[in-house]
Amino acid sequence: MRSADRLAVLFLAPLFAFAAAFFVLPLAELVLVAGSGPNGAFEYLAILANPRHVQTLVATLALSAGVSVATLALGTVVALFLARTRFAGRALLVSALTLPLAFPGVVVGFMIILLAGRQGLLGAFTQSLGMDRLVFAYSMAGLFAGYLYFSLPRVLVTLMAAAEKLDPALEEAARSLGASRLAVLRDVTLPGLSPALIASGAIAFATAMGAFGTAFTLATRIDVLAMTIYTEFTLNANFATASALSLALGLITWGVLALTRNMAGTGVAAAG
Amino acid sequence: MKPRTGAAVTLAGCGKTFADGTRALAPLDLSVAAGETLVLLGPSGCGKTTLLRIIAGLESPDAGGRVLFDGADVTALPIEKRNVGMVFQSYALFPNMNVRENVAYGLRVRGVGKAERSRLADEVLEMMRIDALAERRITQLSGGQRQRVALARALAVRPKAILLDEPMAALDAALREHLRGEIDALLRRLSITAVYVTHDQAEALALGDRIVVMREGEIAQVGTPREVYERPADAFVASFVGTTNRLEGTVRGGRFACAAGTMALDAPDMPKAALLFRPEAARLVLDPPAGLVLKVEQVQFQGARQKVTLCTPDSVRVVVETPPDLEIAPGMLMGLALDPNRFSLV
Repeated sequence: MRSADRLAVLFLAPLFAFAAAFFVLPLAELVLVAGSGPNGAFEYLAILANPRHVQTLVATLALSAGVSVATLALGTVVALFLARTRFAGRALLVSALTLPLAFPGVVVGFMIILLAGRQGLLGAFTQSLGMDRLVFAYSMAGLFAGYLYFSLPRVLVTLMAAAEKLDPALEEAARSLGASRLAVLRDVTLPGLSPALIASGAIAFATAMGAFGTAFTLATRIDVLAMTIYTEFTLNANFATASALSLALGLITWGVLALTRNMAGTGVAAAG
Repeated sequence: MKPRTGAAVTLAGCGKTFADGTRALAPLDLSVAAGETLVLLGPSGCGKTTLLRIIAGLESPDAGGRVLFDGADVTALPIEKRNVGMVFQSYALFPNMNVRENVAYGLRVRGVGKAERSRLADEVLEMMRIDALAERRITQLSGGQRQRVALARALAVRPKAILLDEPMAALDAALREHLRGEIDALLRRLSITAVYVTHDQAEALALGDRIVVMREGEIAQVGTPREVYERPADAFVASFVGTTNRLEGTVRGGRFACAAGTMALDAPDMPKAALLFRPEAARLVLDPPAGLVLKVEQVQFQGARQKVTLCTPDSVRVVVETPPDLEIAPGMLMGLALDPNRFSLV
């Protein structure tokens, strides 16, 4: 081995150590633990055979996909508005919109409870209107609201940067050719934003798949994958199931991210 | 493609003051005849682009201003209802569509069927001699090719007028000169109404049926290229279009007098006068008699002609272009003879 090569290995050593400590070893351990239960390596099939686990998996996927789509829809409208309109207090509004970035999931959970919990603002409001108290904090709807609140600022920051970089002449050109506002949005604006939409949508999806703090705070009637893993691991000491579920969660999220990155890749090339 | 004629465009009392109080355009009247190519020429910030955007419908004129296409008031119509073709400095080609899809886009939003719009788009591409590029992505095109695609896209919808905003500013000089001839030939062949914004005087002189020289939101002069070049309305126009020499002095008793001498001139007495003339509107004579006498400072031999820079006793520089047969060297004293009717006095 030449000395230059030896030096390169030396410099790369921390990277190998890091990869081993945080990536390879825990994953290997998870794989081993998952296969060490009473079902052995069939634990992976066992979680698929357990209707409750499958149901949880589907619910988590649906929730995450829903949150991603809702966040992107809201984020696109707000980002386009903020990128194109100048008004007094705009900078303040932008920084206020990114405030939730600072909150952990637990705090977001508290806020949902304050908003839509048993003693929440929405409940008090609907009661004052003579209706039943509106309470949805402790359900999937509460979790949906919490994740939306959690993801929106992340998506917004990315989309605003992308919206500001769009050449206004592109939309003017489309309009000069007779395109209606809706056609301009469909044919020019959204395709121009698509790399940012795919990238920030993937982040929103991954965050919602793995988020735990908010779900844990709202608790009780919510079956999402992260909660199930926590229950299996901490309360039932069912390490094999917890590990198998963890790997399933990781693989699915990773797969979706890889898929979108692939799409974003071609999207970026097309928009270049 | 069949030749066609665009609409006559008339602006009446169109001014523009932006929300922040900046006045981009003083209220002005202007008409473009059907089929005419009108060039808006001026330095940056003179309001020429604002004027173009008012015609397009991307900006609305201040209250009282009206835009008419063939006599019909279109002031309230947004751009998508005006049927104008626009070509932007950045070309603004849609990166998510290939060349043919770009050119066919205007037809697509008009509801023309897929086969028919492909056929029409290919027709325009062929006319622009870029049919070989139909399947290309925009990122695979050179600047000159993008320019042609942008023009093809604007023409494909058979607009009432085509509006070009500095369409060649991003191209290099040689390509610009080549495309200038091509665009000029195309606009004439289609006899479409065209409004062309540029800050390049050579482009304006080569392309325009008429040139509108603009300065600080106002029209400084409207005229044919020849009129604007040979009879500039004022010193600004003279200096902006081509090279202009300027000698300052007085006119008394039918003679112009300045530091370089005097010459006969048929004009009323003026205590302060400036003589403006182009480099090619003067001749140099050896062994000068009485008259305007200047000292040669520099001679640039250019083959077909030579460019001579001369200097008056009070250090004013004058540039004259003469045939190359006259042997001139720096330091010589030369007489300056102006061609009658090819100078102006202001």
